[in-house]
Amino acid sequence: MWRVRSALLRREAGAAAAVGLAIAGLALAAPRFFDIATVQIFLLAIPLVLAASMGELLVVIARQVDISIGSILALSAMIAGMAFRDIAGLPVWAGFVLGTSVGAAAGLVNAVLVNGLRINSIIATLATLNVFRGIVFVISGGHQISADQLPAGLLALAQTGFGVVPWLALIAIAPFAIAHVVLVHTSLGRHLFAIGSNPDAARLRGLPVGRTTGLAFVLSGAAAGLAGVMYVARFGVVNPSSAGVGFELSVIAAVIVGGVSIGGGVGSATGALLGVGLIGIVQVALPMLNVSHVWQGVIFGFIVICALLVDRLTQGGLSRLTRSSGASA
Amino acid sequence: MTDRSASIAASWAPEIVVGFLIVCALAAGALMSPNFLDATFLLDAGTLYAELGLVALTTTMVIVSGEIDLSVASMIALSACIFAVCVDAQVPFAVSVAAGLASGALMGLVNGLLVVGCGLPSLITTIGTAAFFRGLADVLLGDRSVTDFPAWWIGIDDVAILGIPAPVLILAAAAALAAVLLHATVFGRRVVLIGVNASAARYAGIGIGGVKTWLFALNGLACAVAGLMMSSRLGVVRHDLASGAELQIILIAIVGGTSVAGGRGTIGGTFAAFWLLVLIQTGMILADIGIERQLIVLGATLVVAIIASRLSIEPATKNGVPRLTLRRI
Repeated sequence: MWRVRSALLRREAGAAAAVGLAIAGLALAAPRFFDIATVQIFLLAIPLVLAASMGELLVVIARQVDISIGSILALSAMIAGMAFRDIAGLPVWAGFVLGTSVGAAAGLVNAVLVNGLRINSIIATLATLNVFRGIVFVISGGHQISADQLPAGLLALAQTGFGVVPWLALIAIAPFAIAHVVLVHTSLGRHLFAIGSNPDAARLRGLPVGRTTGLAFVLSGAAAGLAGVMYVARFGVVNPSSAGVGFELSVIAAVIVGGVSIGGGVGSATGALLGVGLIGIVQVALPMLNVSHVWQGVIFGFIVICALLVDRLTQGGLSRLTRSSGASA
Repeated sequence: MTDRSASIAASWAPEIVVGFLIVCALAAGALMSPNFLDATFLLDAGTLYAELGLVALTTTMVIVSGEIDLSVASMIALSACIFAVCVDAQVPFAVSVAAGLASGALMGLVNGLLVVGCGLPSLITTIGTAAFFRGLADVLLGDRSVTDFPAWWIGIDDVAILGIPAPVLILAAAAALAAVLLHATVFGRRVVLIGVNASAARYAGIGIGGVKTWLFALNGLACAVAGLMMSSRLGVVRHDLASGAELQIILIAIVGGTSVAGGRGTIGGTFAAFWLLVLIQTGMILADIGIERQLIVLGATLVVAIIASRLSIEPATKNGVPRLTLRRI
C-alpha cells in the first residue's frame, strides 16, 4: 500500500516538474506570459479540456479509452445551442443540464458497445466518433449556431468572472472535485483501480466489472457533454463540421501527461489537472513564442509519444499489460 | 472455448457475412437505379476508393499480427505532401516519387520502432503519430495546395487496361501479392502465429519484433503508394488529404473478417469488404445522402460487422437445438 502511494506521488511529481520547467522556460523566453491578460487567456483555454479529461481519466484508469469525446462535445454543443436558439428564455442552467445529459446518453451508447457487446473500446469509440458526428449534421441540417442566437447570460460566462478567473474556469472545478472524490473516497473509485490493475482478478473477486466500466463511459460522456455547453459559452459559435474536431487528442494527451497510465490502474485527478495545465501552457505559449499554430498538431503528437515513453520507463501499466496478456495466452 | 467443429464452422463466418451483405447491397442498389448493376459503372466507382483498399490490405496484416495502426490517413497525407513539395521545388520527378515512397516506409518504421523497440501499445502510439504526421503535413504545406504536377501524371483513374480502370488493377495486383505473402509464405504463417499466440511464437524461435516492424514499414509504404495514386487521381495535394480515412481503412479490414484481437484475417475477406464499401458508398451517393451523413452508416456498419463476425452457430448443445451465440474476443 505504502509503495503504491509513493509511486503515485512520483508519477505526479513528473507532471509537476514538467509544468514547472515549462513555466520557468516561459519566464525566460516570454515574460509577457505572466501578464494578467495572458493568465486570463490561459484560464479560458483550459476549462474545456479540464472538464472532459476528468471523465477520460476514469475510463483510462479502468484500462479502456474513449476517443469519441470530440464528437460527444459537438453533439452536446449543437443540441444545447439549438435549445438556446429555439426556446426563448431557456435558463442557462437548463442548457447545462441538457448538454450534460446528452453527453451521458452518448456515453451510455459507448458503454453498451464496449460492455454489452464486448467490442474493443478504441474500435467502438472510433465508430461512435463518426456516428455522433454524422448525427450532429442530421439534427443541425448542416447549419451552424451563431452568437446572436444565444442568450447573453451564457456568453457572459466566458467574458466575466470572479476577479480574473472566468466563470467557465470555476465551473470546471466541479468535475475535478467530483473525479477526485470518486477516485479517493468511494467504492466506485476503488473498483475502477482494481479493474484497471487486473480485470480478471477483479471479476474473480466479485466486483461488478461491466457495470463499473460502463459507468466510467457514461461519466466520460457526461463530462464531454458539459464541455460541449462550455464550448458554446466560450466560442459563441457551433459549426457542425469543426466543433470539437481533434479535441480527444488534447484530452488524451493531458491525461497521459498527467501520469495516468494507459495500462490502467494508475492515475489521479490531481495528476490529470497538472497534465491539463501543461497542455494549456503549450497552447497559450506557442503564439507568444511566435510559433505558428500549424505546429500545434506536431507538438501534441510529440507530447503524447513522450508521455507514453515516460510511462514505459517508469514501468507504469505496461509491464502489467504484458504480464496479463502473457498469462491469458 | 468452442469445440473444434464449431470453431471450423465459425472460421469462415465473416467472409460469408460479407458475401451475403454484397448480395444485399447489389439488390438494394438495383432497386434504386436500373444502371447500378452496370459493371463499368461499378468499376469506375471502385477507383474512388482503390487507394483505401490498397492500404487496408497491409493494415489487415498488421491487425492479424495483433497490433493496429490508426496513423494510416496521416501517413497517406504526409507522404503525398513530401512528394508534392519535391515536385514543387523542381526536384527530378523520379526522385520526388522515391522521396514520397521512402518517407512512407520511414513513417511506418517509426511506428514499428515505437511499438516494438519501445514496447508501447500500438493503439495510443499511432493516435499520437497520426497527430504528429498530420501536423508535419500541415507545417509543410500550410494552406497551400500543390497542383503543378506534369500533365501525364494526372488522371490515373482515366487510364483503363482491357476496360478495367488502372487503380482497380493496381489494387487487384496488390491483393494478389498480399494474399501470397500472408497465406503462402513462411513470413505470412509467422504473422498469423504471432497473432494467435505471441508466447508460442516466441518459444518457436520467431523474431516477433522483426516481423512486426516489417509489417508497420510495409503499411507505411502502402500508404505512400496510396498517397501517390491520390495525387494523380485528384491532381491536387493538400495537408488534409485523406482526412478521416482511417475509419474506412479499418472498416474494410474488420468487415472483411479480421479479428481485432489478432490471429485471424484473410486478404480475400478484405478484398470482398472493399467492394462492399464501394457498393454502400456508391448507393448512398445515388440516394443523395450527404457525405457527413454517410458517417453514421459507416460507423454503424463497423459495429454491425464486428458483432456479426462473432455470431456463431453452435451445433452441439445438450438438447440438440442449434444455438446462436456471441463469441467473446
